[in-house]
Amino acid sequence: MSNREGEFFDTGWRPENDVHRDEDGRPHDHPGVQEDVSLGVRAARALAIHELLVEKGVIGSKDVDEDIAGRSNRSPANGAALVAKAWIDPQFRETLLANPNKTIAEAGFVPEHGADIVVLENTTDVQYMVVCTLCSCYPGQLLGPPPDWYKSLAYRSRAVREPRKIMSEFGLDLEDDVEVRVVDSNSELRFLVIPRRPPGTERWSEDELAELVTRDSMIGVSAALTPDTVNA
Amino acid sequence: MSGASQLARAFSAGDSVRVRDETPSHHHRTPHYIKARRGRVVDFIGAYLNSETRAHSGDGLPMVPMYRVEFDMADLWDEYATSSADKLWIDLYEHWIEHDTRSGGTGR
Repeated sequence: MSNREGEFFDTGWRPENDVHRDEDGRPHDHPGVQEDVSLGVRAARALAIHELLVEKGVIGSKDVDEDIAGRSNRSPANGAALVAKAWIDPQFRETLLANPNKTIAEAGFVPEHGADIVVLENTTDVQYMVVCTLCSCYPGQLLGPPPDWYKSLAYRSRAVREPRKIMSEFGLDLEDDVEVRVVDSNSELRFLVIPRRPPGTERWSEDELAELVTRDSMIGVSAALTPDTVNA
Repeated sequence: MSGASQLARAFSAGDSVRVRDETPSHHHRTPHYIKARRGRVVDFIGAYLNSETRAHSGDGLPMVPMYRVEFDMADLWDEYATSSADKLWIDLYEHWIEHDTRSGGTGR
């Protein structure tokens, strides 16, 4: 590669295998600087596509910002509120299990990609645990963004063959006589698990109960928190 | 989502089925680890747009019946204790399953 002065115009972007050289042809880099002076190729592409979509009138200039704002309202607190209500209100529990899409829509949670929601209830006999082996399907409107471990190859491959070991790593050691049902999601459906209501919470309010319902317990890899862990 | 309940269904809850052992070149969401494995239909869960054609700019029509199918973990994995009652549930499009004609079969 020639490196005569002025021979190339540096856009700041270069393929990963390209080597940046100084005036004498010695390769070197500028740690921590490159990211600041230029967009990565993907970010630049995304920005260009966004500008084109707005320019052609496909989307409004504020649509993306509004979508991001909507997404940031998605959190496990949404699912936890539904679970807590199901714990104290038998009729709501029944409706949520029998007609989850309508019930969840009425609660104001908009489904992702139009996918159906299925609600599964853990009992003394059955423990459900959710995975998406092919990608990372997840009920985002109820649980917020999926955790990195949920998207990891390790979880996706191990969940279907050693679910009890995974639960144990999350602190849940199931009795042998509890039947584990691992549910492998697809693109059309999303699963929400109702964890078992912890003992000693009989007089708790709905809001107090919701504090016990963790994201992981609604994926089914762990149990809901117990009163002592909250009061401690 | 669902709706097309008038759609003819080839399977009912409790049917023994085998997952087709195919690897089409187009997008599909039937994971490898259950192909050619035997399980049972838990239930018909509705008719859905076909994600296999939607992934290739199609409209996903006609809707395809989807079934929740249950597999014994012990049938899927050698290292799983045969006495275990643990299960795998997965929702599959009708064209991915066939009636299991083998009697008294296990998963393998």
